[in-house]
Amino acid sequence: LRFSARKRHLICMLRLKKQRRFTYPKCPSGIRSLQFYLTPPIENISLIEFESFAVDRLKLLKVVENLGVSMIKGTALYNQKLEAELKTLQFPYHALLENDYDRRRKDHISHFILRLAYCQTEELRRWFIQQELDLFRYRFTQLSEELTKRFLAYVNLAYDSVSTWVSMRGHERSLHKDGKNIKTSGPLLITSISTFHIQVPFSDSVDLVRVKRVYFYGGYAYVPQQDFLVILLNNYRTRLSKALAITARSLPIIQTDERLQPLLSHLSHAYVGPDYSIEKNIGKISLEQIDALSVKSFPPCMRQLHKALRENHHLRHGGRMQYGLFLKGIGKLDADKFDKGYAYNIRHSYGKEGKRTDYTPFSCMKIIMSNPPGQGDYHGCPFRHSDPELLKQKLQSYKIPPTGISQILDLVKGMHYQVACQKYFELTHDVSDIGFSLNHPNQYFVESQQLLGGVKEMKKEQRQPENSQPKYSNQKSVTTNSTLSSSNAPEEMELEGLEDYFAED
Amino acid sequence: MADYDSGSLPDLLPLYYRRLFPFGLYGRWLRYGDVTKNYFQRREFSFTLRDDIYVRYQSFNTPQELEKEIQKMCPYKIDIGAVYSHKPIQHNTVHMSAFQAQEKELVFDIDMTDYDDVRRCCSSADICSKCWTLMTIAIRIIDRSLVEDFGIKHRLWVYSGRRGVHCWVCDDSVRKWSSTLRSAAVEYLTVVKGGGETIKKVVLLENIHPFIRKSIDVIKEYFEEYALVGQDILGSKESYEKVLALKNHDSLQRWNILKKQKFSKTPVRSLFQFSNLTLQTKQRTEWEIMLQYCFPRLDINVSKGINHLLKSPFSVHPKTGRISVPIDLKKVDEFDPFTVPTISQLCHELDTIKSDEVDGKENGGETEGSRRIRDYRKTSLAPYVKVFEQFVEELESSQRGERLNVSDMQMDF
Repeated sequence: LRFSARKRHLICMLRLKKQRRFTYPKCPSGIRSLQFYLTPPIENISLIEFESFAVDRLKLLKVVENLGVSMIKGTALYNQKLEAELKTLQFPYHALLENDYDRRRKDHISHFILRLAYCQTEELRRWFIQQELDLFRYRFTQLSEELTKRFLAYVNLAYDSVSTWVSMRGHERSLHKDGKNIKTSGPLLITSISTFHIQVPFSDSVDLVRVKRVYFYGGYAYVPQQDFLVILLNNYRTRLSKALAITARSLPIIQTDERLQPLLSHLSHAYVGPDYSIEKNIGKISLEQIDALSVKSFPPCMRQLHKALRENHHLRHGGRMQYGLFLKGIGKLDADKFDKGYAYNIRHSYGKEGKRTDYTPFSCMKIIMSNPPGQGDYHGCPFRHSDPELLKQKLQSYKIPPTGISQILDLVKGMHYQVACQKYFELTHDVSDIGFSLNHPNQYFVESQQLLGGVKEMKKEQRQPENSQPKYSNQKSVTTNSTLSSSNAPEEMELEGLEDYFAED
Repeated sequence: MADYDSGSLPDLLPLYYRRLFPFGLYGRWLRYGDVTKNYFQRREFSFTLRDDIYVRYQSFNTPQELEKEIQKMCPYKIDIGAVYSHKPIQHNTVHMSAFQAQEKELVFDIDMTDYDDVRRCCSSADICSKCWTLMTIAIRIIDRSLVEDFGIKHRLWVYSGRRGVHCWVCDDSVRKWSSTLRSAAVEYLTVVKGGGETIKKVVLLENIHPFIRKSIDVIKEYFEEYALVGQDILGSKESYEKVLALKNHDSLQRWNILKKQKFSKTPVRSLFQFSNLTLQTKQRTEWEIMLQYCFPRLDINVSKGINHLLKSPFSVHPKTGRISVPIDLKKVDEFDPFTVPTISQLCHELDTIKSDEVDGKENGGETEGSRRIRDYRKTSLAPYVKVFEQFVEELESSQRGERLNVSDMQMDF
């Protein structure tokens, strides 16, 4: 690596493997505005460009996330908003454009920069993959049929397609290939009205075959066109997650560059707004208030845990982690105290290593996706993990009006758990639009407190700017970060009290 | 006819392994044409010796070496494991994480004990010719799907020696399957779900998948004779209620039906004439009952793990003395587990032959191998070895085709 004092050019070796030649202008297909990002870029870019590309892509992924949480993916409005965003951020938005070299270059390079920033932890990887997949889904669905075929050929997923023919009797179908009848299948699965199916080998269609969602013959699944996206996304997900794992391994080499290291760690911090692992909300909330608070300002998942703790004087490991870290995040106590106080009642047998690994309060994504609750567990996301009937009862007991309940249940049915929680927030706080997208229980708490005016003044100086403002905008937020970390001095008095609280209760 | 006595096993095994076990074919099978380097050498065998002493990670350089070892050790039971990255016998010399199971046949294990909630004739380890029909149905359903749905060619179905059957799927591509693919295949082949807590274990959706539809067609051939006559599932109040419980009825409706029907032997269909279900739902419920009673129940854990061991064909079942013989798919309906020869029966037959032939010994230049061939041909093991031979020959002919392809491709360059 070499750099001249002022110009600060940098050889951007994003991956250290042997690289194929990759030139944009000669790329004939125009399809490269959509790609699996298999080949890393090899060229020198300036640090300034490096940073601005990365920030723009982060903005884009952020938008993808927000849209995904608040809207149903693939609807006209969703597509329209996403396209607008791609335009403003100067990313390739229309796959058909052949001559948008700059945009494609930006798309390509920025993806690889964020890979560096987002390969470090499981949590970051999960977030990054999810957003990139959604972005990919949008772009793929915008392709014309011809481009779809070319794209599939490029990623080596070009399968034969067969047309299905519906006979006079209506329920008899046969599969045709090149005008030849290859198989009369009898009653085919009529889950789709698509007239042609894609012939996918078993190994690439495991998840569809496993649940018998597709017709399966001779080692090939016949996948309706619209289901094919599932296979494609799975394939992309696998490749991307493998690539991130490899990137993570080569990360130490990149981190030795003192110009890149802060930039990258900075980028990754920016992903879900404030870092809730740092206690910043040290308001004067006394212990007696926690019961009331749990009703007013806790998201349902934490309210449920609090109630369970109060009733059973005991939470199992999953719940203890989820709730303890949440409390730590809102500045109530640190996980150590929580567990110690806790162990007063039951001796836990697990070692300390579990806690050592992760002190970060769980995000919604993590609660929803990982470690589903089992018998006797109270953790998890009530919208994701409870039976609709139970959820309904619970909401009734929380005094949610019937219309609100049915709205929430509809969202749950559509698997929009975070939106459902957002709805719950709106209903319990009597606001019509909360104006942010909910992705963290601690965010829920902070927003709630702010709305209720509980800790208003303090908020202003302590809290990082919320999503509306890009906090990755350079040095400013670095300073915010450092003030934050220095301000986490919890009051001893309070903690002692809490210890008793958990011990005696 | 010599009755089997497990105490005589140590005396009989040496004779069996020396003169009857088809080592020649066995070696030809497991070498798979030597297409992949050291394929046979990296295969795990494991032996169960006297007093349940278990010896894992045995491997051999040649089938001849395996034969000698087996004749020396006389294992009560032989299991076949996976093909590993290194010779299993040396598994201690390589790093643990480097020693990995790479390939194995896809295997299925169907065990009669899994059907206990729908069998009335026997339970647990016992079987009778009545409930054996379940195995026949299982073989036909699974085998049809393997051939038609999965496009698989080489399957070896084997009687386990006691109360179930095993299937070895030997196609080249399938042997390379990951455990994800294996478990997905089992899930595809599974319809009956839920353990003891679940009463209704089959729920059909609006659109019935062709695989299930075709399986129902198979079951239909047997259902009346097996379930209604043989098992008499509507024959007593208790079992009748069990069938009724599978319908989506409340107790009152069930009670009314019971009062009117008086536990008579009626075909399932008439159970529905008093209900107000639509024809389609009736049809579906009828099918659900048929599936719950007859659909094959696979043990996913056996199939899933690449490194899972499974009892080898032609191994002796130590408890029953019966040989694990291949099943002829063309005659699957005629297969009767009770006519499968036991080791004592075979040895007895061998003795008879010997005494017959003791004076006709002319050409003393016979090799050991050819004498063994002659030996089992004269016992009741012969037809089963024939089935095995056909299987191995088909395997070899497609391997020849494969090799031809490979060399053709090389000619192009």
